[in-house]
Amino acid sequence: MRRSEDFSTSYDRLTRPLVREHGELRPATWEEALDRAAAGFRQGVDRHGPNSFGMLSCARATNEMNFVAQKFARVVVGTNNVDSCNRTCHAPSVAGLAAAFGSGGGTSSYSEVEDTDLIVIWGGNPRFAHPIFFQHVLKGVRNGAKLFVVDPRRTPTAEWADRWFGLNVGTDIPLAHAVGREILHAGLANESFVERATSGFDEYRALVEPWTLAAAEAETGVPAEAIRELAHTYARAERAQLCWTLGITEHHNATDNVRSLINLSLLTGHVGRHGSGLNPLRGQNNVQGGGDMGAIPDRLAGFQDILDAEVRASFERVWGREIQDRKGLNLTQMFEAMEEGELKTLYVIGENPVQSEPETHKTTARLRALDHLVVQDIFLTRTAELADVVLPASAAWCESDGTFTNSERRVQLVRKALEPPEGARDDIEIMCAIATRLGHEWERPAAEEIWDEVRSLSPMHRGMSYARLAELDGIQWPCYSEDSLEPSYLHSRLWSKDPEERGAPAPFGIVGHSPPVDLLDEDFPFRLTTGRRLDDYNTGVQTGGFSSPLRRGELLDLSPEDAAKLGIEDGETVRVTSRRGSVLVPASITESMRPGLVFMTFHFPHQVDTQLLTIDATDPIAGTAEYKAAAVQIERIGPRPGQQAPSERRDAPDEALR
Amino acid sequence: MTTPVLLPTPRRLIDATIDGETVRVPEGTTVLEACESVGTEVPTLCYGDTLTPRNACRVCVVEVEGARTLAPACSRKLEAGMSVATDSERVRHSRKMVLELLGSSVDLSTTPKVPEWMERYEAEPERFGPRAEPAALGVRDARRAGEHEPGDGAVAETVEQPAKVDNDLYVRDYSKCIMCYKCVDACGDQWQNSFAIGVAGRGFDARISTEHDVELPDSACVYCGNCIEVCPTGALSFATEFDMRKAGTWDEEKQTETTTVCTYCGVGCNVTLHVQENEIVKVSSPHDNPVTHGNLCIKGRFGFQHVQRRGGG
Repeated sequence: MRRSEDFSTSYDRLTRPLVREHGELRPATWEEALDRAAAGFRQGVDRHGPNSFGMLSCARATNEMNFVAQKFARVVVGTNNVDSCNRTCHAPSVAGLAAAFGSGGGTSSYSEVEDTDLIVIWGGNPRFAHPIFFQHVLKGVRNGAKLFVVDPRRTPTAEWADRWFGLNVGTDIPLAHAVGREILHAGLANESFVERATSGFDEYRALVEPWTLAAAEAETGVPAEAIRELAHTYARAERAQLCWTLGITEHHNATDNVRSLINLSLLTGHVGRHGSGLNPLRGQNNVQGGGDMGAIPDRLAGFQDILDAEVRASFERVWGREIQDRKGLNLTQMFEAMEEGELKTLYVIGENPVQSEPETHKTTARLRALDHLVVQDIFLTRTAELADVVLPASAAWCESDGTFTNSERRVQLVRKALEPPEGARDDIEIMCAIATRLGHEWERPAAEEIWDEVRSLSPMHRGMSYARLAELDGIQWPCYSEDSLEPSYLHSRLWSKDPEERGAPAPFGIVGHSPPVDLLDEDFPFRLTTGRRLDDYNTGVQTGGFSSPLRRGELLDLSPEDAAKLGIEDGETVRVTSRRGSVLVPASITESMRPGLVFMTFHFPHQVDTQLLTIDATDPIAGTAEYKAAAVQIERIGPRPGQQAPSERRDAPDEALR
Repeated sequence: MTTPVLLPTPRRLIDATIDGETVRVPEGTTVLEACESVGTEVPTLCYGDTLTPRNACRVCVVEVEGARTLAPACSRKLEAGMSVATDSERVRHSRKMVLELLGSSVDLSTTPKVPEWMERYEAEPERFGPRAEPAALGVRDARRAGEHEPGDGAVAETVEQPAKVDNDLYVRDYSKCIMCYKCVDACGDQWQNSFAIGVAGRGFDARISTEHDVELPDSACVYCGNCIEVCPTGALSFATEFDMRKAGTWDEEKQTETTTVCTYCGVGCNVTLHVQENEIVKVSSPHDNPVTHGNLCIKGRFGFQHVQRRGGG
């Protein structure tokens, strides 16, 4: 049998708690570990107040676990400092959609993608990253929809497209503005919708006026005629879907990117109707749900504003503790607060920021500076290696009951199929044990009891009993009552003739172009962008467990033109250097790359630590880092690949280079 | 607030008879669906609830009064006034023949319900004689159309050959293949659109093949396993199932099936975990799920090993 070369490191499950003693982690009993976890938190709060505590909740755990985690932060500790790696991917989608429409979810459903006339996928490669969503796209294409793909790379998704718009990295706003301007100048805007349902149109028209087709071509690299076609096709389509993923959101100005796309839907009325809408595709199984449950610093469960006293009052009545009337720190701010010495204790559940945050060195140093770090995970991750207490958890998706919420806002039941390994405990059980030690006698509730508490506090989840979720294959939010279901798309109110029903108009986002922070120059002439491949996932902790025949390890994708210019052969190991770090990586020559553009994943951090190259410039509104645009140089290091044993190639990026 | 509600196109109800009993179903219902609605069992092999009927296996044929030929129940639509017999002499004879021809040439040991059907239709596959020796690996794949030599009748021709094990995730055991085309359709334009497999050869030499019969890792296969999901005979199976069957440890009676949600991206695919002795041995997806329609990707289908690395730590 041919076995794929094992590029990943597979982890064993954690089955014993670990505590740090004389600088080393050693096994401990659950009692000791829980006592130490609680004592560290208590001490931090006593000395520095509740806002010196931070909670990183898990976008892969259940809604129920996320609800309990944010409740732990708000009730047991008394802070709003709770966030998740939601921040590293799709917080801008939530922020952008909420700013326009008042709620932070995608507006359409997968089935509507099958029943539309134009599908625009902007900054995403769902053929690889969301394969089953892409099956719905292909159904739509086979039903006659046109498919346009906007992406710097000619991705496997783009291979299916009627048109591919290969723009320069970080020029999404100029492209979107030029599309908007062209729609306006061609008289194709939906004037009655703009007038009735939106605000800020005059400013928007002035904002996009400078972005002529020629100006946009110069900035984006997309031919003027293609931009014109995108504008006309989108505006003329009876129904159109605009979908995006991390190509839009992993930028320093990500929320602005999202707003610039939403603007196009407002201009044409492609929102709030069956088959017309906006779809941010979420990268982790419960990113949507984690935010919906209030495991974010500025919202309570059901996406309710934490600054609203009435909202807080309804939670305070049930929880019996006052909630701070200010937003907590988001993930990015928490890391900054660690450096400034304001955040002293951190409770990390199922997250691996050492490997998922940009600039690994900086993240590690900040975590080391904490007084007390508790990590609860199923593996001893790089982050767990830094902890004072490590608590072995169960795997949410198959070892616990609960619910996840997907990218189309569908809440679905998660069911326990396996017993966790002996010694590992359920996330919620662990949190309850720590809460009890901190003076809040939390009995371990059943998942359904937690869910019923969510339903009692969150109007948009109210109608979703477990029985109903089982019966209906999940339910999309909002669902206000047990007797009814809402349409599969959001914001139909915007089409109402009655101003009262129509409610608040959706504002155009007045956002300007801001090129990538990491500038290209003679020393760093190549634009490095990052993403996922089909068979691997994030930092590889999960996918490292199975032997994928497709896996080739970390590679630097580059264009045949650049390879020829640099004299690089396919498979040859090259040195990639950014202003922050340097790695060695085998080159892969592919026509999906345009000259000047190179691509890596971050699936194989033990082989090649891509995050040494990326930049942590962050979006000021949502706090997402600019993973998608680093400036790098590429050098041959010779000798030729044939003279090198594969094992040496793999071991090459050793500590000395870091 | 008023919002438009989408309703399916209304369908007229029609009356017809199945085995003498009147049924009333919406227009467009297939004979198979109508039979299921009144509890009449019709055997099927190539029919797939998520696929367009291929009419390949002919085991579901029924007799439509007035029709010259038997009709496949899976694709024939019921019409007003139609009279259908599902257990007539002609139907029984035809199903018996289909089962005998398949049973004599294909390994049906992992095809559900076959022994029951064999008994019901009094099929005797062994009457074609002892089974011929299996072909060596690659021999059937090398056969060219028009070069097939008919046997002498002393042994029953067979499609048996060694299983193809060329990757760690799933096994292709074409001794069990009845050429129903479902894997080809799932891989092709009906779902996955990868087009990694197709039908090569003609007549008895026809077989499922990758392009130029390359091994899977060199083909267009993306290991979604959506072919395994639809395979009716077990010709395509998880490597775990294949290995456990070989070791004699595969025991469906000891297995639980629990449907949960995939742990990877945010699409929210429903995965059914088949668990034996606290180990995931196979993953499928509900065919009626609105997110997946029974389809998964490589991560959802095969990316479960990390949770059961319980070696220590």
